[in-house]
Amino acid sequence: MAVAAAEDDALWAAFADPTRRRVLEALLEQGEATTTTLAEELPITRQAVAKHLVVLNRVGLVAGQRRGREVRYAVQPERLDDAADSMAQVAAQWDRRLTRIKRIAESLQVDRQVDS
Amino acid sequence: MAAEPIEREILIDAPAEVVWSVITEPEHISRWFSDEASVEQRAGAGGTLTWRPGGRGGSKAGMVVPIRVVEAEPPRRFCFRWGHPQGTAPSEQNSALVEFILAAEADGTRLRVIESGIEAVTHDEDARARYRQDHEQGWERHLAEMLDYVASSARGETD
Repeated sequence: MAVAAAEDDALWAAFADPTRRRVLEALLEQGEATTTTLAEELPITRQAVAKHLVVLNRVGLVAGQRRGREVRYAVQPERLDDAADSMAQVAAQWDRRLTRIKRIAESLQVDRQVDS
Repeated sequence: MAAEPIEREILIDAPAEVVWSVITEPEHISRWFSDEASVEQRAGAGGTLTWRPGGRGGSKAGMVVPIRVVEAEPPRRFCFRWGHPQGTAPSEQNSALVEFILAAEADGTRLRVIESGIEAVTHDEDARARYRQDHEQGWERHLAEMLDYVASSARGETD
């Protein structure tokens, strides 16, 4: 349970940055793109695009393929579905976190009562 | 278009002061949220939530998420923004707001969490509506599972 929640958290965090979402959107529009073609379309530098692509790649939302001297990136549709599902599960994540908070608070309270 | 905020609550058999510590103190946060946390109980304070690579999440990817405390009124309200890009000031346009609201009750503390501003996450309105519907249908089943889980694990068990 904790494992799934934290993985979702990582995916959610990758998604939570608005600039990163814009990179993802631009990539969806272009289908396949390089850091350079993305930077041409976005109000950020090539370096910034590259950094966002690293994060998106790490959580599996995009994948890159080397073609000669350039790397062409594409959105991974399955993972995007996961991401969308995971967004829908934000509420379920809060339930899990609340459940953990409850367990921790109640066990602290039991300890306190034993101490006093 | 703004999505409905997500709102969840739970009844905890402990005083609000104890629940407050669990929500706001890094040593406790690392047991229910991120692997590490740097958080202050002060409005305006910046902090971070860190998921370590290969940490509790079992994920290879690490993640450092900046947060900004918006309200800290012990032991009643703790609110922060997250999701804004590193090095930028959080606003309604670039981050989600998480609000914890604690209310003392005869049997303990009712803890409510509200997360708003997540609408920027998916762009397709139809998809969004579908997910919301899916989620609502799944919710009752999930709640039943959760209650079983809580009932079996609430007693003195720790992570």
